[in-house]
Amino acid sequence: MTHHSLLSDRIRQDFPILGQSFHNKPLVYLDNAATTQKPVQVLEAMNGYYQTINSNIHRGVYAMSVEATRQYEAAREHVRSFINASRVEEIIFTRGTTESINLVAYSYGQKFLGPGDEVLITGMEHHSNIVPWQLACERTGASLKVVPLLPDASLDMASFESLLSPRVRLLAVTHVSNVTGIVNPIFDMISAAHAHDIPVLIDGAQAVAHMQVDVRDLDCDFYCFSGHKMYGPMGIGVLYGKYDLLNILPPWQGGGEMIDQVTFSRTTYNELPYKFEAGTPNVAEAIGLDAALNYVKSIGLQRIHAHEQSLLAYLKQEMEVIGGFHFIGHHPGNSAVLSFLTEGIHFYDMGTILDKYGIAVRTGNHCAQPLMDALGINGTMRVSFGLYNQKEEIDSLLDALRRARALFL
Amino acid sequence: MKTIQEIAAEMEREFGAFEDWMDKYNYLIEMGKSVPMIDSQYRTDAYLIKGCQSRVWLQAELEGGRVVFRADSDAVITRGIAAMLIRVFSGQTTQDIISADTSFIDRIGLQEHLSPTRSNGLLSMLKQMKLFALAFQARESSKGQN
Repeated sequence: MTHHSLLSDRIRQDFPILGQSFHNKPLVYLDNAATTQKPVQVLEAMNGYYQTINSNIHRGVYAMSVEATRQYEAAREHVRSFINASRVEEIIFTRGTTESINLVAYSYGQKFLGPGDEVLITGMEHHSNIVPWQLACERTGASLKVVPLLPDASLDMASFESLLSPRVRLLAVTHVSNVTGIVNPIFDMISAAHAHDIPVLIDGAQAVAHMQVDVRDLDCDFYCFSGHKMYGPMGIGVLYGKYDLLNILPPWQGGGEMIDQVTFSRTTYNELPYKFEAGTPNVAEAIGLDAALNYVKSIGLQRIHAHEQSLLAYLKQEMEVIGGFHFIGHHPGNSAVLSFLTEGIHFYDMGTILDKYGIAVRTGNHCAQPLMDALGINGTMRVSFGLYNQKEEIDSLLDALRRARALFL
Repeated sequence: MKTIQEIAAEMEREFGAFEDWMDKYNYLIEMGKSVPMIDSQYRTDAYLIKGCQSRVWLQAELEGGRVVFRADSDAVITRGIAAMLIRVFSGQTTQDIISADTSFIDRIGLQEHLSPTRSNGLLSMLKQMKLFALAFQARESSKGQN
């Protein structure tokens, strides 16, 4: 492996959680696609908020509330610049990717979907990019169409083209598969969809912490992601939407913040982005996300990407040396995820033993049952990297894989 | 015939003798090999305990007033856990199964399989066994009334 592409292990000092042991073994955390750990910079930012300026925002005339409001809105501006959106009003704070998708499925669905219309998704989506559309279809009488997968777990692009009919009102597709790490050709898919006047929603949950995302360059209509998968807190996520499109969508949740005037006969709604942020927002989490963006930028996404790719290449190479593993949907250019099955050993058995060696990996269907069905499997074992993982941790994983095989085979 | 508590105490002693988890798991894996295997006709969705980890098939019959369990799983450790539960509960009366104290599971030290999120783990198997016993009991008592 190319050592010069690796980040220093000094980074780990920013993540006290990683210094723990479980079952008397040092923790090896390789479930970053599920959630990432939070650096002290993020924890301190959130702690600082609660210790110094906790107050409800957008309404107080006193100094603390003004400062809390300023920091919350600064976080929104930071997100805007991080994904290169045109306007700060295009950044809606949500609880996470799932809520972002639900918001669009509800509001866009109400405005644009009806009987005979179609929503196009793909066979590799996370349940969070399937079920909201099924609900929207049930409400509106539209139907759900699915781009099938090829046997190598990638999208069948020929079928994709043929599914872009005049009935399709929206394409919703994941940027990166949470199961295989496959990076979809979303540039081409967005252009192809736009050629048919079909807006596109991108589920970016697995992308934003691993590669530079530029929503203007992509020209997607919606882009959704979570803070907690990019070293930020849980409970904060982002919906990016093009201003003109967001502006004509109806609100989805009612309450404080999102209103302009309320009378019992008629309520008018606030402007973007507040129209979609009913209730007291997650201020501390937004400030934590701001700190996480700073943290990621201080290292640099290019360096993070190179680091994770080096780890991925090393793991795959060494597993091939051991032999007896089947990689699921592994392709050159995949993101920092490796899904595999072990010959003769169930992933649940393997995962249980790895846990005893302090190794945290994910097993099961990864909230993507249709993908499992398409591949004819019940689940996989998934290793997913973050910026703090080290080569030595992969050696620990490889050692545990060898020992587990000896136990079962 | 030993009671549920007697067998549970016996197993607690067996597991207690192991010094490290590796021996414990080896024993569990060995137990899995001796599980009364479910007949292939029952390895269907109707007998499947669903979840996102391993799959377990569990089937029960009432034989001479006692419940006989058979199971299988695609994962070896899960099969071992099934074997453990079958050793305790198979051959017992419906009432004893329904009212059984299951705290021995904690004491054996397989807590990691007790998490409710491991929906194919111990807890769902245990629940399904008690449900089988309840169903048999209900059937018997309705026969008695007729």
